[in-house]
Amino acid sequence: MDFSLTDEQRMLADTLDRLIADRVAPEQRRAMLEAPADEPLALWQTFAELGLLHMPFAEEVGGLGGEGTDLMLIMQALGRGLVPAPYLAGLVLPGDLLARLGDAGQQARWLTPLLEGEHQLALAWQENDARYDAHGITTAARQDGDGWRLDGNKQLVLNAASAAALLVTARLDDGRLGLFVVPADAPGLSRRDYRTIDDQSASDLTLDAVSLSDASCLGLDVAQALDATLALGRAALCAEAVGAMEVACEQTLDYLKERQQFGTSLSAFQSLQHRMVDMHLHLEQARSMAILAATSLTLPDAERDYRLAAAKAYCGEAARFVAEQAIQLHGGMGMSEECYVSHYAKHLVMFDHYLGDVDHHLDHVSDHLVDAA
Amino acid sequence: MNLTYSAEEQAFRQDVRDFLATSLPDDIRERVRLGRRLSADDHVRWQNILSERGWLAANWPEAHGGPGWGPVQRHIFDEECAAAHAPTVVPFGVNMVAPVIMKFGSEAQQRHYLPRILANRDWWCQGYSEPGAGSDLASLKTRAVRDGDHYVVTGQKTWTTLGQHANMMFCLVRTDPDARKQAGISFLLIDMASPGITIRPIITLDGAHEVNEVFLDEVRVPVANRIGEEGQGWTCAKFLLTHERTGIAGLGHAKQALRHLKSLATRVPHRGRPLLELASFRQRVVKAELELMALEVTNLRVIAAAQDGSVPGAESSLLKVRGSELRQELSELTRRALGPAALPFFPDFLHGDGELDDPTLAESAAGAAQYFNRRKLSIYGGANEIQKSIVAKTILGM
Repeated sequence: MDFSLTDEQRMLADTLDRLIADRVAPEQRRAMLEAPADEPLALWQTFAELGLLHMPFAEEVGGLGGEGTDLMLIMQALGRGLVPAPYLAGLVLPGDLLARLGDAGQQARWLTPLLEGEHQLALAWQENDARYDAHGITTAARQDGDGWRLDGNKQLVLNAASAAALLVTARLDDGRLGLFVVPADAPGLSRRDYRTIDDQSASDLTLDAVSLSDASCLGLDVAQALDATLALGRAALCAEAVGAMEVACEQTLDYLKERQQFGTSLSAFQSLQHRMVDMHLHLEQARSMAILAATSLTLPDAERDYRLAAAKAYCGEAARFVAEQAIQLHGGMGMSEECYVSHYAKHLVMFDHYLGDVDHHLDHVSDHLVDAA
Repeated sequence: MNLTYSAEEQAFRQDVRDFLATSLPDDIRERVRLGRRLSADDHVRWQNILSERGWLAANWPEAHGGPGWGPVQRHIFDEECAAAHAPTVVPFGVNMVAPVIMKFGSEAQQRHYLPRILANRDWWCQGYSEPGAGSDLASLKTRAVRDGDHYVVTGQKTWTTLGQHANMMFCLVRTDPDARKQAGISFLLIDMASPGITIRPIITLDGAHEVNEVFLDEVRVPVANRIGEEGQGWTCAKFLLTHERTGIAGLGHAKQALRHLKSLATRVPHRGRPLLELASFRQRVVKAELELMALEVTNLRVIAAAQDGSVPGAESSLLKVRGSELRQELSELTRRALGPAALPFFPDFLHGDGELDDPTLAESAAGAAQYFNRRKLSIYGGANEIQKSIVAKTILGM
């Protein structure tokens, strides 16, 4: 039992906090969001210089061998700054699958440049008809001569517009799940790009007879690897939400202390004090769940997924609670786009819609409740 | 970070488990399992067994006869005790007055009282609350007037838990009526056999005699029984309230209650299927499970922060609020799971030595009574609303 951070981890957290304070202030963040998708993100270069792009990958594939706790610290810092850089969607998720499934040639082609910051990738796992179920998809992959042919649709592919290639899940004729690298310029691939309501860059994809070489196939039975990667993603999202919850709580507390009404500061009112304490309670409990998630990634699959589902569901509820209270306690200001806390609130509510929402994950916990008893 | 228990911690857990399997008397285990009230003798019997093993004073430093455990070991110990249906140690002596005596008492007081607490020779009760001083404890009115080598104490204390068994009471009294509210209070140790003390039971809504009123009418208390300086009582009281409350979340109890609930809801039927399969019920069990997972990690975080010897302060307020809410929810779900079987009430069986020859009735007898008893969790030790105000003030600076 050990809750302490190593010296390196403390340094990592400090470095990130300073970097984000310097480079991702509200007006800088706005400029980053307004930049075109194909314009290189200066912050990404800094991430590369700091080793952040190598951090979450094993040493065998050229990474720094960071653990769940390291990823947690990075994501928490990114959440604190609401940093609009595709660290999870463009680096961690596709990189983790390449590290798990790719052969030497595939890793040299796609993973090494990813870690060097030379390109970004994206993971296309989600389809509207399957909702949050990564296994229930219908995009089809059929053998076609020496290669493959992909047909289908993918929704909500984060970072697709900035990706050199997309990792696409597809169902094989025998019912198993395959994973393929589809270059961004592959004929037959088209994209509808948009922004999510919480300012993430996303795309819907259509794959119409996309023809791929056999070297594009990362695996023909990837369900287990995909689950492991999505578990990692959920742990990362929980940590990111905790970072954003911290700031939403801080800004709300500052506002309550500052704002004068009825001849006194709002923080003098007991009903508001207790509401603020409830936010703090949700934050601390969510932090515990994010720690549990980050330290459960190496457990056997079933236990890992049980805990990750519990953590994601718990953080989803807590994040929504904090967001709603942050808006309420800011009064009219909390409704305005100009008030920075509203951006945190938006992300904290929509956090639930990434990688499975509260209902999705409660259902998983519910299914396994007795086994775990 | 690493949330798994080390090999040493796991070995310790096994030691505790083995000890409980062999040393906890069966009759006591069965009473606790069924939610029946223990007699004073049951408590003392068990605490003597713990004392003999050196595990009674889990929070004490080794110098005073404690086992020298860290917070993680204490957490494991609490968890195993609850899982094995061991009685909770009556806290007033060993966990409440003892740390105050260690911190503020004279050497003579320490030599006298601490060994007696370790040997279960004194049963302590707490003289804090008064009819007019609940959450606003500092408004207490019980007067202590100096008369030579004695104080003459007059007033009334209430909610005195298990006071009916006590021979000693630690008591907050007002020694200076003119000083500022908190400044005029002193901390006295009072022999319950002193002339002028009358104790009356308060029967709670579950039919239990757990708490009492204590009337003090010109009770003569030696000045030597004062802990700390005159007027330092509030400092002692605050120290007591914030000292080592790592057990405050009641996690061991909550875990045991959830295990019991799941097992119960698997056995009781709803339209021919186990109740646990009823979606609306199951959903609440799932939520309780999640809350428990989070609270366990939060509890471990707080006690890990206390490993270096620092005392958890306002964080324990957070644990108290969430822990009491969770235990209340679990008692609510248990009552509901029992269904119609929650209704029959057998106070002689629950609170005394009355027999109940139907084992089915015995198994479900305590459910509803415990639900009502657990309402106290969010009231005592500073109501949850007070805890929130403490957090607002000390953590959030509001």
